[in-house]
Amino acid sequence: MPVLIYVDHADNHIKKSSFEALTYGVDLASAMGTTADAVVLGTVADNLASLGKYGIKKVYQVADAKLNTLDAQVFTQVIGEVIANTGSDTIVFSGNVTGKAVAPRLSARLKAGLVTGAVGLPDLSSGFTVKKTVFSGKAFAFVQLLTTIKIISINPNSYSTKEVGGTAETRQLSIPVPDSKLKVTATNKVSGSVPLSEAEIVVSGGRGLKGPENWGMVEELAGLLGAATACSRPVADSHWRPHHEHVGQTGLAIAPNLYIAIGISGAIQHLAGVNRSKVIVVINKDPEAPFFKAADYGIAGDAFEVVPKIIEAVKKLKGK
Amino acid sequence: MKILVCISKTPDTTAKIAFTDNNTKFAADGVQWILNPYDEWYALVRALELKEKDGSIVLHLINVGGADAEPVIRKALALGGDEAIRVNTDSRDSFSIAAQIAAYAKTAAYDLILTGKETIDFNGSSIGAMVAELLDMPYIALATKFDLNGTTATVTREIEGGEEVAEAGLPLVVSCQKGMAEARIPNMRGIMAARTKPLKVIEGVAVEALTAISSFSLPPAKAGVKMIPADQAEELVRLLHEEARAI
Ligand SMILES: Cc1cc2nc3c(=O)[nH]c(=O)nc-3n(C[C@H](O)[C@H](O)[C@H](O)COP(=O)(O)OP(=O)(O)OC[C@H]3O[C@@H](n4cnc5c(N)ncnc54)[C@H](O)[C@@H]3O)c2cc1C
Ligand SMILES: Nc1ncnc2c1ncn2[C@@H]1O[C@H](COP(=O)(O)O)[C@@H](O)[C@H]1O
Repeated sequence: MPVLIYVDHADNHIKKSSFEALTYGVDLASAMGTTADAVVLGTVADNLASLGKYGIKKVYQVADAKLNTLDAQVFTQVIGEVIANTGSDTIVFSGNVTGKAVAPRLSARLKAGLVTGAVGLPDLSSGFTVKKTVFSGKAFAFVQLLTTIKIISINPNSYSTKEVGGTAETRQLSIPVPDSKLKVTATNKVSGSVPLSEAEIVVSGGRGLKGPENWGMVEELAGLLGAATACSRPVADSHWRPHHEHVGQTGLAIAPNLYIAIGISGAIQHLAGVNRSKVIVVINKDPEAPFFKAADYGIAGDAFEVVPKIIEAVKKLKGK
Repeated sequence: MKILVCISKTPDTTAKIAFTDNNTKFAADGVQWILNPYDEWYALVRALELKEKDGSIVLHLINVGGADAEPVIRKALALGGDEAIRVNTDSRDSFSIAAQIAAYAKTAAYDLILTGKETIDFNGSSIGAMVAELLDMPYIALATKFDLNGTTATVTREIEGGEEVAEAGLPLVVSCQKGMAEARIPNMRGIMAARTKPLKVIEGVAVEALTAISSFSLPPAKAGVKMIPADQAEELVRLLHEEARAI
């Protein structure tokens, strides 16, 4: 049975995290000796046949504009119908906001074993066992899915996309879409900036920056690197920065390629949200700050002197 | 109006994470257990605020777990709430926990069910959605604000790169995160009152787990930090570009 990958979109375009899910699903299908299909709910401007370049064979679409806003109840019902149509028995989601709302609902609907926060392909040598992060990134668990239908929701930024070339066949499915019981009345996007959960590079500031008026250099560095900005919990609690920038055990957990921590001590609860970053840079004036133990590169120095120098060096590197 | 808040017990955020029995069990010796922060700070406290505004609200707490969860349930009751229900099983599979909560909720007609965004030990972020599906209720995940106006809920939820405001009728299931409310500390009166509040223990229904954890592992230790002198920012940028290939 083919693997089915749920493809998520926003503002008319497929989300980056969904491309990771596509590659994951294609690799999984080849390990299982089957093919990979994708499903899109709602409408997008992107050319769906071009998903073939990730190795997708068929793209199913339920092109009802009602599906352009997330209602987990409606989405679950429609995806359930798609699965009944396609006979897929392995479903892949990206664990982004949509995946978090829909994948577990689908699991309950189909009585299908679910693993969320997956960070690698399943081990198929005995059963179907998937590695996932637990204890907020401080450990991994190996979870066996015991049911015929299996659902995997992968951690964003844990699988790199790969293009293999090809064109997918596209198929429209006419599945009746029930009316949503939710009414979206406002959408506030932080304009121009990179969404934190999808960012490759994150520049983050802590209480060491003393006050919100000092975030100019954080934003400048982030701008130069095409990075998102983040902060420690006390910074969000003091309203120096918006809540959605708070990373850590009780904030967002992120896994960028590069995390630059400025004036953050590196408390265990902070590390819990950032320790899956590939490269960690710490700038802290206290050489004993615990964060250095979790870092790849460190500068023990005053952020107000060091960061402007880094900005200059990055400008030079980028030829600006 | 009846509200149900789902509460779980998790190891303290500073607990040492280690495993025993050939890496199949969490090493719980000496570990402090706390109320899962998302359940406490956001779901429970927001429910308490709603109840403070509208005294007619009945607020119940539910935990699926063994008797060892009772100190944490009492702590939740010390913050507030009218009574707690413990479904006496120790299953750790998200679906079976959700099925227990749903089976109980079916008998009691709640208008609103709140969960935390996720447990900080298993990080499933699943149970709210599963409960909603099992009860055929709408579900809003990752809420950062919640308000009630009669029987209409106004909920702000996280979306990639921002927020979205949605209105929904009741009944409704919502998972709660940062922004919903500010953390509180129970006061002496609350702690005294909690001792006599009802904590009902009910037996679970038969459900089959869909998943099982076969083992755990710890991430490999970091190779160690490379320190760069404070006056050599350019060297850091060079290393990030050439060695780490991160910029
Ligand atoms: C249950 C629980 C959950 C929590 N969840 C989270 C969470 O999700 N995320 C989170 O971040 N925290 C969380 N915390 C809080 C956490 O324990 C720490 O208190 C917090 O991370 C500290 O933030 P900070 O590093 O910005 O501030 P501080 O600890 O005050 O550290 C500031 C740092 O800046 C350095 N500094 C000062 N001046 C300068 C300068 N001029 N240049 C360079 N460096 C400078 C200092 O040396 C210090 O290391 C949680 C706590 C609890 C109890
Ligand atoms: N054993 C439990 N009993 C009651 N509620 C729970 C239990 N485990 C988790 N929950 C609730 O479900 C939410 C999400 O948990 P999880 O899906 O495991 O990350 C938690 O924040 C709690 O509100």
